[in-house]
Amino acid sequence: MASARASGLPRWVVVPAVAGAVFIVLPLAALASRVQWGSFWSLVTSDSSREALLLSLRTSGTATVLCVVLGVPMALVLARTSFRGQALIRSLVLLPLVLPPVVGGIALLYTFGRQGLLGGTMDVLGLQIAFSTTAVVIAQTFVSLPFLVVSLEGTLRTAGQRYEVVAATLGARPTTVLRRVTLPLVLPGLAAGAVLSFARALGEFGATITFAGSLEGVTRTLPLEIYLQRETDPDAAVALSLVLVVIAVLVIGLVRGRSNAL
Amino acid sequence: MRSIVLSAAAALLLATTAACGSSDGGGSDAEATSSAPKDTTLTVFAAASLKSSFTEIGAAFEKANPGVNVTFNFAGSSDLVAQIQQGAPADVFASADTTNMDKATADDLVAGSPTDFATNTLEIATPPDNPADVDSLDDLADPDVKVVLCAAAVPCGAAAAGVEKAAGVDIRPVSEEQSVTDVLGKVISGEADAGLVYVTDVEAAGDKVNGVTFPESSGVVNTYPIAALTGSKHLDVAKAFAAFVAGDQGRAVLAAAGFGAP
Repeated sequence: MASARASGLPRWVVVPAVAGAVFIVLPLAALASRVQWGSFWSLVTSDSSREALLLSLRTSGTATVLCVVLGVPMALVLARTSFRGQALIRSLVLLPLVLPPVVGGIALLYTFGRQGLLGGTMDVLGLQIAFSTTAVVIAQTFVSLPFLVVSLEGTLRTAGQRYEVVAATLGARPTTVLRRVTLPLVLPGLAAGAVLSFARALGEFGATITFAGSLEGVTRTLPLEIYLQRETDPDAAVALSLVLVVIAVLVIGLVRGRSNAL
Repeated sequence: MRSIVLSAAAALLLATTAACGSSDGGGSDAEATSSAPKDTTLTVFAAASLKSSFTEIGAAFEKANPGVNVTFNFAGSSDLVAQIQQGAPADVFASADTTNMDKATADDLVAGSPTDFATNTLEIATPPDNPADVDSLDDLADPDVKVVLCAAAVPCGAAAAGVEKAAGVDIRPVSEEQSVTDVLGKVISGEADAGLVYVTDVEAAGDKVNGVTFPESSGVVNTYPIAALTGSKHLDVAKAFAAFVAGDQGRAVLAAAGFGAP
């Protein structure tokens, strides 16, 4: 309270702030209170749960790698160049952030699905994407790519171009500048963006269920497993939900740790 | 840097908030009088497969009972039972299977005993041009045919498993969906070659899908029960609605939608 006055903040602001915090924490506490601790371990290590968790970790990891491979160049282009229509491009790139995931799923279906825009081409190449693990990775990459681009572009702008200019005047080629100056400078931001992308990929539900389907060990990721378990075994759904909450807490801890280190 | 990461984290939270489910809480503001109820709102919780039939029956019931307004909450039967158990304001419950009605009965939520008012059987749905030439249940066991089923945890999946067992056919689906409408969606979009759905779903989908009937379907018949709920403020009207659905007018509408007689 004393520090609130010292900062010149009116005291009443604390009341809605606390209410807001309770609003966020209470449902998580309610979830935790429903966990059957006695059977928790057997519930989260059942065959179907393990399959789902491993599949989730595998696909989210792959999606994160794809996000880095595609997202770093995108962030560089957005932060370090200027061209006509850049603002428009930036808005479009951010679209998956605000789009309902189910809309993303439908859009992906009409792109990569059998009857989709690229479906015929894929068929010729012998690629069957629908109902495969690849479809899960595509859905996850689609929704999580903007996180990496946003956070890295911000870091690049904050870091500024001073060192890059100096390096260039000392005769370093653009690729050397990128490799030796720019990327090391923004590495913490890149790591934070990658962790956020991973988290978003791990939580992906709407686009996956719309685009990839749901089959144990192939496309049924942890969120899909939770949604299905809810029908028959609410205890298992609650236990698995808690696993995702714990992972989310770890992710936020990681990102905060990183940004404090800056 | 910090603020960018945090705003990205906030966006992450926003983006993962998928809009899911809805329940129409029916406000009941008038007292029920047994003969002429004035401005009574009746809230009916009904299985998703009943949507078009019940909308029609509801309109007929309103016409026959001036002053009564019928509102619906259509969802999966297990979701509806869970909502009723949590105290959702429902007057009538119509389930797509006896299992979920039994859950409501076991919790003393049902007034009197449920009435069976319709039956439904499974049918094969394929895209209109039937690309995989499916014309029997056996064809679904062909590994080259992409078949989508409901997951065993939901009623349509339990029915599919029952049909497989009775017919001695082993279907390897490419996806096990959450609901029968999801199965239908995958067939309509052409992603799947075939799916097992209810006869009424094929009927409702019109020429968007091609229906293939198979004799083994008679082995598994889903029975739909309806009941007035003890929590109703207008129990007499609720009971009248249940009787109306099971009566001649209700039966005619249900039969036109493809439902069988109980």
